[in-house]
Amino acid sequence: MNASQKERVLIKGNEAVAFGAVDAGCRCYFGYPITPQNEIPEALSVLLPENGGAFVQAESEVAASNMLLGAAACGIPAMTSSSGCGISLMQEAISYMAGSHVPGVIVNMQRGGPGLGDIGPSQGDYFQAVKGGGHGDHRNLVLAPATAQECYDLMFRAFALAFKYANPVMVLGDAIVGQIKEPVRREPPKDALRPEAVMALAKDWRLEGYGGRGEGAAPRLLKSVYLAEGALAGRNRLLMEKYAAMRAECAFEQTDTNDAELIVVAFGSIARIARSAIRRLRADGRKLGLFRPVTLYPFPAEALRALAPGRRFLVMEQNTGQMVEDVLLALNGAAAVSWHGVMPGLFIGADDLTEPILRALKEKKQ
Amino acid sequence: MIRVSDSADALRPQPGECLAFDVNPVLNERPTHYCPGCHHGIAHRLVSEALHELGVARRAILVASVGCATFTYDYFNVDGLEAPHGRACAVATGVRRARPDAVVFTYQGDGDMAAIGLAESLHAANRGEKITTIFINNTVYGMTGGQMAPTTLVGQKTTTTCQGRSLSNEGGPVRLAEIMAQLDGVAYAARCALDSVKHVRAAKRAMRKAFEVQLDGLGFGFVELLSGCPTNWHLDPVAANRRIAEAMIPVFPLGVFKDATTTAPADAGQAKEAPRG
Ligand SMILES: Cc1ncc(C[n+]2csc(CCOP(=O)(O)OP(=O)(O)O)c2C)c(N)n1
Ligand code: SF4
Ligand SMILES: [Mg+2]
Repeated sequence: MNASQKERVLIKGNEAVAFGAVDAGCRCYFGYPITPQNEIPEALSVLLPENGGAFVQAESEVAASNMLLGAAACGIPAMTSSSGCGISLMQEAISYMAGSHVPGVIVNMQRGGPGLGDIGPSQGDYFQAVKGGGHGDHRNLVLAPATAQECYDLMFRAFALAFKYANPVMVLGDAIVGQIKEPVRREPPKDALRPEAVMALAKDWRLEGYGGRGEGAAPRLLKSVYLAEGALAGRNRLLMEKYAAMRAECAFEQTDTNDAELIVVAFGSIARIARSAIRRLRADGRKLGLFRPVTLYPFPAEALRALAPGRRFLVMEQNTGQMVEDVLLALNGAAAVSWHGVMPGLFIGADDLTEPILRALKEKKQ
Repeated sequence: MIRVSDSADALRPQPGECLAFDVNPVLNERPTHYCPGCHHGIAHRLVSEALHELGVARRAILVASVGCATFTYDYFNVDGLEAPHGRACAVATGVRRARPDAVVFTYQGDGDMAAIGLAESLHAANRGEKITTIFINNTVYGMTGGQMAPTTLVGQKTTTTCQGRSLSNEGGPVRLAEIMAQLDGVAYAARCALDSVKHVRAAKRAMRKAFEVQLDGLGFGFVELLSGCPTNWHLDPVAANRRIAEAMIPVFPLGVFKDATTTAPADAGQAKEAPRG
């Protein structure tokens, strides 16, 4: 990386995803256009060929995600991106990636739904992302950026985690995160693995032609079908163990939680808007804090539970009520939880959140 | 109609051929799960001979499809990957783009490639992906029990067309080799049959060509193989071979529909004479 890359550049979250991906070692991109994420393929159509990689505009999201399955099975850092109905079309391949232990990275810049919905911001794909999304039992690691800088930084973590666990990783942004233009420092995060180290994680399973492993090497096979009696049960137990191990990857951010009576739980762009509202209300002496999960799967349940004694929680999300279920499960009755939903597609400001926060504070005092 | 004398003639070794059965290291010794008389076994043998003779098995990656040949990777000594039903050409695209030095091939049934995966197949071909595709046309969905395939003949009875396929309700059989030949990215498109020694010999030459165009970077290589499914045709293997000759070949003419090594692009789509047996 040269010196000029260390300067801050004014770019959109989507472009930050593209820069982050290339700097993290991504060498293949497959995608199909859909708003609000088009800057990702547009930027990568230039960046990847410049860096010795491949860019393919696929004929559909079905094809794009299956191309990703093929490239990632070769142990090459590869990704796709989409939104809304396009992500639905990718669920087949995502399930196969999970079942075959293949490390695809999928970026979802959520738009309003269901159906064709609109192109405004939404967090309506939370369930689809964190509960699996495709057929059969599977889980994706899910990372939720809130800023353009985090779009850049989290791409490093996305590839490292995908290769560490040989599992699909979804980066779950939204129309605001993808479209917001802000200064981004194009410099790998301090703890980032180098691309060679990421690729080395694949040396025991990647497909390359057996000759690549020396004469007489045994052929390799990546598959998800297990028809023999009991074989699939064993496979699912193995996946369960993997999902349990992923719990070590929980990441979150907490702000002003020490003295807080009420903690707002929010992710992505809504967390950012809530933070502005909280800052204003704290200036008026209200004891408010923010808990922002960065990994949505695994959900940082233990960290949230540790905050429970003597506090109350308000879940704010841009959907009709999804993450609130994981918060309720995490707290398991240890604290009261209320919920405020912003309808998908709406563009809101901090003003829109102060009233619901004050209401939740009052409920507490009753 | 195959006469016994034809077959006997054809069995005589051709120059460079040896009639003694040799072990091909690209295929392992596991007994296959295919039904007696099924042509998947012959098709596997042809693919393995092409890989062996071209010396590329060590860098080959097989993308398996969903159908009776899902488990094809159990028999080939090469790296392999399972694709969802119909998506093999998309998966192979990803493999080839990620590993430009690999020799990549898909092995797909007619339901897989010409129905659910038609879009992925045509677009991979149109992009000129440097992959080779083996297309098994047996006019039925074998694995799921003999339902109608896009290649089912008009009048053919299947478990979902019990009165026979009708042109007015189900449309006619899809002729994929001819369609492939129309696409700029396709370097080789041929249709062969596995019903007789003569036709198998021609198929072997076509198979090799379909890999050579990939190795030479010319584009997409495609071989359609008219294959028997005695089980779902409710015929014994000999009668199944006869059905290929008498009912299938008239609808699916054999031949090389495109060969970029010999044909100027302007002639694309013109059927050439069948590879001679
Ligand atoms: C998405 C999806 N739909 C349906 C199936 C069920 N299925 C398995 S094999 C098959 C048909 C295969 O037929 P063909 O491709 O002609 O191969 P053959 O068995 O005849 O060799 C179907 C429909 C599936 N596995 N996946
Ligand atoms: S069902 Fe048909 S295609 Fe499948 S193995 Fe049996 S004969 Fe072959
Ligand atoms: Mg079939």
